[in-house]
Amino acid sequence: MSVLPAAWTALLYLVAAVCFILALKGLSSPRTARRGNAIGAAGAAVAVATVFLSARLENMPLILAAIAVGAALAVPVARRVQMTQMPQLVALFNGVGGGAAALVAVLELGHSEDPWVRLAVVFTMLVGAVSFAGSAVTVGKLQELISTRPLLFRGMPAVMVLVLAGALTAGGMVVLTGSAAWAGALLVLGLAAGLLLVLPVGGADVPIVISLLNAFTGLAVAASGIVLGNVLLLVAGTLVGASGTILTKVMASAMGRGVAGIMFGAFRGGSTAGSTTLSDRPVRSSSAEDVAVQLGYAQRVVIVPGYGLAVAQGQHTVAELATALAARGVDVVFAIHPVAGRMPGHMNVLLAEANVPYESLRELDEVNPEFANTDIALVVGANDVVNPAAKSSPGSPIFGMPILEVVQAQQVVFLKRSMRPGFAGIENELLHDPKTTLLFGDAKDSLSKVLGAVKIL
Amino acid sequence: MDAVTLLTVVVLAVFVGFEVVSKVTSKLHTPLMSGANAIHGIILVGAVIVAGQAGDPWLLAVALLAVVLATANLVGGFVVTDRMLEMFGPRKAARPGEAERAGSGRTREDGQ
Repeated sequence: MSVLPAAWTALLYLVAAVCFILALKGLSSPRTARRGNAIGAAGAAVAVATVFLSARLENMPLILAAIAVGAALAVPVARRVQMTQMPQLVALFNGVGGGAAALVAVLELGHSEDPWVRLAVVFTMLVGAVSFAGSAVTVGKLQELISTRPLLFRGMPAVMVLVLAGALTAGGMVVLTGSAAWAGALLVLGLAAGLLLVLPVGGADVPIVISLLNAFTGLAVAASGIVLGNVLLLVAGTLVGASGTILTKVMASAMGRGVAGIMFGAFRGGSTAGSTTLSDRPVRSSSAEDVAVQLGYAQRVVIVPGYGLAVAQGQHTVAELATALAARGVDVVFAIHPVAGRMPGHMNVLLAEANVPYESLRELDEVNPEFANTDIALVVGANDVVNPAAKSSPGSPIFGMPILEVVQAQQVVFLKRSMRPGFAGIENELLHDPKTTLLFGDAKDSLSKVLGAVKIL
Repeated sequence: MDAVTLLTVVVLAVFVGFEVVSKVTSKLHTPLMSGANAIHGIILVGAVIVAGQAGDPWLLAVALLAVVLATANLVGGFVVTDRMLEMFGPRKAARPGEAERAGSGRTREDGQ
């Protein structure tokens, strides 16, 4: 196979880098998003083809086999994953990317005496390892394999400081000596730092952390570009690092939080307020027929869909219910909290899948003033995003998060599986409010029953 | 490549990165994050380079592991992003500005 001249290689990498910029640009607007993603994929294909043509590579069959294995593992999962579990998958892909960057850096350690290159090696290893371990924790939290509450132990801040100091020492030794043993220590400490960084984060904030770790992986890839002297890696990694940082900030402010507060809030204490006070005060529970009557004779209904709806795969049923109510002349809209589901924008994806018309989706700022004129707020499998504690109790972990003010509606109906608190692990006062009724059960079952009852009204 | 050129490239890329995502609507946060996530899977290029230079079988094994992980990130990332965006069919690609005049409550005049 002939080897491409260096200038051609550089030009093809430039083409790939431009594709990545156009991809990010396209993904920022609903009209061009899908095309943007396709352009990004095309850029990646150009880049990978270029690397094969640009140098004489040993072990070609094994490399091609490894690519085939990676694609064979990832594609079926990506194609078949339930939309509800998508955040976990994104976190997983991010983590393995960080891991790959760390491994690439380790392997390049022996190839350079230059202290600056070694510094880039250290940075890539450390940040890649943090991203790998941190992403693993976010996957665990989203799958509820580990507690979604902030996990803290006594002396955790001190341990964190020790780990970071150790990592800096190990990193310094790698720069000075290029020692493989210190590099191993650095990897282990990086993994530990990733765990310690993400374990204390509460479940509701996990999406922000995924976005932050995504930016981290971008930075690790950028540094690996310095290690390998590869401009494409440098540019692509920097793009992701920069845009990921902005995106993290935007997401955090959509939740009314600062990034620092999310990462280190648990250390300041007080964040467990309410987490254990599951009271057995009475609630008013209702039947599907009663709920159907309430809805069928209302003038204006706002449906607040949450993660419970997604888990129950009830998005199609709720769309049918909205259609049935609209046919009776009820004015129905959906109120979408920015973080409804498990990730910003997640609920929009789920409802779009169920063909809910875009025009009946309302964002938080639009819908909040409308609740006072709403007869019934129907909350389906949501909890934290309507919890008035976010406005009224400063000690609560969700305090300051913008909420949908269903408390303003004339009546509130919750479809809930149980009295279990939401993802943030705190109780919701609204459940005990006199104007609230609850219909217990799986969201999809309850919706089907209500739908059946509405149809025969 | 010399340090100043590297720095120039980095600084320009940072500004471009900030600029391209600064006006994104919250509806697209998830796909955008996922798309950016796929892009850093380009570490595959680095993994292929180190695998192509590895002589020692152990180093080769580690490099091939990096290739597998990076491919999963790159290919899986683009596929899952496309699946998310598939849900936003052309009909849903209305402009956000439309929501403002929808305050009248007539939301279904276009039928279904």
